[in-house]
Amino acid sequence: MTTLTLIELRLFLREKAGPAFGVGLPLILLIIFGNLPFYRERRDDLGGLTLLDVYVPILIAFVLAMLALNVLPAVLAGYREKGVLRRLRTTPVGPARVLAAQLIITLLTAAVSVTTVLLTARLAYGVAFPRQPAGFVLTTVLAAVALTAVGLLVAAAAPGGRAANAIGSAVFYPMVFLGGLFLPIQTMPAVLRHVSQATPMGAAVTAMQDTTSGHWPHWLALITMVLWAGGAALAAAKLFRWE
Amino acid sequence: MSASVIEVEHLHKAYGTTVAVDDVSFTVGPGEIFGILGRNGAGKTTTVECLIGLRTPDRGRIRVLGRDPHRDHEELTRRVGVQLQDGQLPDRLRVGEAMRLYQSFYPDPADAKELLAQLGLKGREKTPYAKLSGGQKQRLSIALALIGRPRIAVLDELTTGLDPHARRDTWDLISEVRDQGVTILLVTHFMPEAERLCDRVAVIHDGRVLVAGTPAELTANEGQPTLEDAFVTLTGRTA
Repeated sequence: MTTLTLIELRLFLREKAGPAFGVGLPLILLIIFGNLPFYRERRDDLGGLTLLDVYVPILIAFVLAMLALNVLPAVLAGYREKGVLRRLRTTPVGPARVLAAQLIITLLTAAVSVTTVLLTARLAYGVAFPRQPAGFVLTTVLAAVALTAVGLLVAAAAPGGRAANAIGSAVFYPMVFLGGLFLPIQTMPAVLRHVSQATPMGAAVTAMQDTTSGHWPHWLALITMVLWAGGAALAAAKLFRWE
Repeated sequence: MSASVIEVEHLHKAYGTTVAVDDVSFTVGPGEIFGILGRNGAGKTTTVECLIGLRTPDRGRIRVLGRDPHRDHEELTRRVGVQLQDGQLPDRLRVGEAMRLYQSFYPDPADAKELLAQLGLKGREKTPYAKLSGGQKQRLSIALALIGRPRIAVLDELTTGLDPHARRDTWDLISEVRDQGVTILLVTHFMPEAERLCDRVAVIHDGRVLVAGTPAELTANEGQPTLEDAFVTLTGRTA
């Protein structure tokens, strides 16, 4: 299992897409936003927070969605399409361990990327750490689990690597839009805000923003993520084929 | 333990309404090189897939080393090395890494360097899988089937895509592996290979075993000069 995980990790780094989109891109977005004076003004309509304060949780959810929807499904569906998983079924290790190794890598990368975003925001742009750290960690873990479950569902439904990429993107863009990447949830029209709350991404961002301002995340947001995690994981387990 | 290493009795497997394997029976003894011959779509691959536990038979009884390939799948994967027709590796995985990875799957793996040298892949350790030629991919696949020091090696289309030199080297290697006591199940439609390597063969046609015996018996019974001629006569008759 250790050799398998290390070799899968090496392939992940060699492939470059995962580190670039999961770690590099969110960091670049943070640096761009952080250098725009407009994002660093305190605003009354955001309860005295700056736009950057609001954007850090959005970027964190963006990291999780990117890895879960754009990186993980393509790798798994590609492995199935190429017969990598089929070949492993004839060995004592079996393909389930590859799935486990990929999940470990996804969560590890997410942890590295989230930490980098938080530290950079704090050190370079003075964005405070979440004032409710336990609630923040709980929210991040739940969001990662919910989005990864959706990613596994994409991998299960897609016939191959390319299709997984296409489906993953088709889920990713509406999801990050509803998570407030282009328009913060607070400034959305009421209808859109309600739709947003029902998605794992919207719930995650709302809950994280609660913890940023020192509150315990709203239970409705937590339940929404738990439901998505359970539902998507069950559907993925039902649909998933090793070959 | 019975004298046979592989026993297949009245195997039947259908996909929906398509019958892939109708009624196949054969046995393979320890240390034998046994060939499953047949035209494309005859049911060879499905038979082998049932044998290594990748598919569940609809009817029939299979025993590999005295065990049920479906129920005792994990136990058997440790003792049966498999080379699949379309089992591939990730594009960027290097030859050396693939060997190290597969070594880590087995309790007492073979020496990777030696195996690569025997298969003409010496000095290729750093080459990514995608950059290998078709023949090199094939030889790596054989190496991975043998890395766990299996009791049985199942080789599907062993020398497809190999040039004559590589093919002969591979044949020599298979003979050597057998001399170490490994039983070999060879799936092929390349008759010179079966004639040269196999102790016994079974000809499968339309999901049934037409005949089984030594290549010499089959050739003589059909009154033909070579196994290929005998095969064409046999499988052409009921086509």
